[in-house]
Amino acid sequence: MLGYPAHFGQMECVRMIASPRYSEKRVGYLGAMMLLDEKQDASLLITNSIKNDLSHSNQYVQSLALCTLACMGSAEMCRDLAPEIDRLLRASNSYIKKKAALCAVHIVRKVQDLGELFAPAARSLLSEKNHGVLHGAVVLITELCERNPETLERFRKTVPDLVQIMKGLVISGYSPEHDVAGISDPFLQVRILRLLRILGRNNEAASDAMNDLLAQVATNTDSTKTVGNAVLYETVLTVLDIKSESGLRVLAVNILGRFLLNNDRNIRYIAMTSLQRIVGTDHNAVQRHRGTIVDCLKDQDASVKRRALELSLALVSASNIRSMMKELLLFLSSCPPELRAQAASGIFYAAERYAPSQRWHIDTILHVLTTAGGDVRDETVPNLIQLITNASELHCYTVHKLYRALLNDISQQSLVQVACWCIGEYGDLLLRGECHETEPAQVTEDDVLDALETVLQSHMSSPATRGFALTSTMKLSTRITDNVDRIRSIVSIYGSCIDVELQQRAVEYNALFKKYDHMRAAVLERMPVIEKNSPGHTNGESAGEPMKEIQPPKVKQREPLLPQQPANQVCDLLGLLGGSEEPLQPSPAPGLSLNTASTAGGDLLDLLGGLEPTPPAPAPTVTVYEKDGVTLTLSCEKQSDSVLTVTLTASNSTDSDMSSFTLQAAVPKSVQLHMKAPSGDFLPARGAAKVTQLVVLNNPNKVNLKMRIRVSYTSQGSAFQDTVQIDSFPGLSAAGH
Amino acid sequence: MIRFILIQNRAGKTRLAKWYMQFDDDEKQKLIEEVHAVVTVRDAKHTNFVEFRNFKIIYRRYAGLYFCICVDVTDNNLAYLEGIHNFVEVLNEYFHNVCELDLVFNFYKVYTVVDEMFLAGEIRETSQTKVLKQLLML
Repeated sequence: MLGYPAHFGQMECVRMIASPRYSEKRVGYLGAMMLLDEKQDASLLITNSIKNDLSHSNQYVQSLALCTLACMGSAEMCRDLAPEIDRLLRASNSYIKKKAALCAVHIVRKVQDLGELFAPAARSLLSEKNHGVLHGAVVLITELCERNPETLERFRKTVPDLVQIMKGLVISGYSPEHDVAGISDPFLQVRILRLLRILGRNNEAASDAMNDLLAQVATNTDSTKTVGNAVLYETVLTVLDIKSESGLRVLAVNILGRFLLNNDRNIRYIAMTSLQRIVGTDHNAVQRHRGTIVDCLKDQDASVKRRALELSLALVSASNIRSMMKELLLFLSSCPPELRAQAASGIFYAAERYAPSQRWHIDTILHVLTTAGGDVRDETVPNLIQLITNASELHCYTVHKLYRALLNDISQQSLVQVACWCIGEYGDLLLRGECHETEPAQVTEDDVLDALETVLQSHMSSPATRGFALTSTMKLSTRITDNVDRIRSIVSIYGSCIDVELQQRAVEYNALFKKYDHMRAAVLERMPVIEKNSPGHTNGESAGEPMKEIQPPKVKQREPLLPQQPANQVCDLLGLLGGSEEPLQPSPAPGLSLNTASTAGGDLLDLLGGLEPTPPAPAPTVTVYEKDGVTLTLSCEKQSDSVLTVTLTASNSTDSDMSSFTLQAAVPKSVQLHMKAPSGDFLPARGAAKVTQLVVLNNPNKVNLKMRIRVSYTSQGSAFQDTVQIDSFPGLSAAGH
Repeated sequence: MIRFILIQNRAGKTRLAKWYMQFDDDEKQKLIEEVHAVVTVRDAKHTNFVEFRNFKIIYRRYAGLYFCICVDVTDNNLAYLEGIHNFVEVLNEYFHNVCELDLVFNFYKVYTVVDEMFLAGEIRETSQTKVLKQLLML
């Protein structure tokens, strides 16, 4: 209860409820309502007490019992006590009848089948004079009708009675008991209107009977106070839901319009909520109030703003698109962050449907990207690109605008991506300098490359954006004439980037420059017009495809554009290895012989599979390779039944230092290999220091263990490579564990 | 249908909590905290209605107390706003110029008033005179 544990009270409550004294009963029931709920077992214990109390002579005791049952009665309790409640509904005491009616409501909500039990009693209650009982009866009937369509049919006949009661309320004079600010019993009125709404839905006859009444209520009710507005609101909702005549509907929409002009923010809010519902059907009527709705966009309350935004987006049409878009763009620049995404996508949708011209469309999208670029959905970028390629006469204009936007601000990722793509694609138009639609700027090739380089190097750019920038730099190599070398240097720098995606691209483009220069122009020519709604916007050439996500390094999917020498040798090792990928991972070699990449990749991947290094001391060492001054020794130690740790030690006995010293290993198919990080890659001359590398082998199938090691290093400026095969391991028996 | 009625002061202490729907204890605590967080940051510039999970809260501030009623999305906001005001007026009459301490010390009486005016998630009695007459008899 209120956050504190209160189980000690439960049995006390049960005891007190059973006591004959009223005061104890009262406390007991209060405690029961507070501390017990349907899930507690103790609630079953009080069922009998409630049953007895419901037939008590004292009405207050009865009312306590009814209250408690209505508050926390579980389904079983309700089933047991339903006949009692039904009896009480017919009692003569109106105080009891009120409570019994609402108790019946609770029962119906808990156990739907018992609804029929209460239907006849509810019917007779309608003829009561007591407002409280009437209120309860109306609520009960509402609940019954909502749950059960047959009951609904039966109660349709009561519509005239209800109309009569309402009329009495509306027309009758001042009744001091139920009056609230000049309106007699607004709560009952609201309830009856709601019931009429349910009864009149989809039913012509019932709706006809209500028409006059609704018109009367709508016109007579005083709307200066909130109460009056409450009744009017309910009336409007009813009119809009039933099959009312058109004059009545117009009246309803007018009332909503009046609400919109009200000073009270509450009323404006609910008016917009209701207009949202009917904007689909009575579009023209709502259009008349478009000005007020657009003004509400500037309200200070966030929920009012949200309603206004939804309504404005629904009201956009071909005729008012320009003015509405101006307002919406203004709103976008000042709207709260949680509404930005919704506003942006709504604007895009509206622009797509009603754009008066392509140039306007592109302008609008650019405006949205500059103000709220961070909140737009991902598919905006390809959609925009497709739009731009379609508007072929606007390429020049578009690329100029995008270039200027790019110079301004590179933090909005979507904008930067589109800008990079366009500059790459239409860079020649940009550099030509002439443009009909906008003032041309004198742009040199260096400026353009500067801009793209800024994007590439900025820490604000996401990896996808940098991918875009790199690709567009590459595309420019065919479109510009002077600075191709600069492009080559940019591209080759990224051949050793840590981001694998960029590295892959850079290396492929480098290959385009080196070995496939004759194909470069063909590969990088203009893109064809993308068709709308083609899933994924797939293009023929992979070089031009804008990649969104970074693919995990897939060593297998090497493009044929990558015929590196080491790769061929890797393919040799592949013959030994068959299909297993893992042994290849310590020797990634996606780049050229730049070691940092491979050791960095090796480090990363080794961290993934790391086991503890073992002390190599007791293991015997064997020299496995001795050539050109490089000595490689091997020692093994068994960790467990199938796991073996191999330590490779290398030393240099020549007179010159060796740098970039790496060892790569391959093992038979069923054996798993983990290469740890080497102690270094520099072998000083004359054996001043050694390089050790730990290799962990897991041989679960106990095949004959073989290992092929490739040694590569640079000495005196030239690269050396050699391979050695190890067939027997010291420390293992000849049978090979 | 009313889901729950909550009276909280500005600091977040609950003066009355009446639940018309089944919640676990820790859910109740969480709800109380959330309602407090949502309602106290709003001032006169905001509407009296807040969308909250899949319900809505209709609240009104009287001096240092927030009277919150949580209802379904389809209910009539203004009617429940008036219901809150009705309830507060009855409290005022019953306790003769009610203040927060009255609610603290006579909490059982407050629950009785609530039960007279709201039951099973609906407004029960709307006539203030009738309610007061019955309360005086109890």
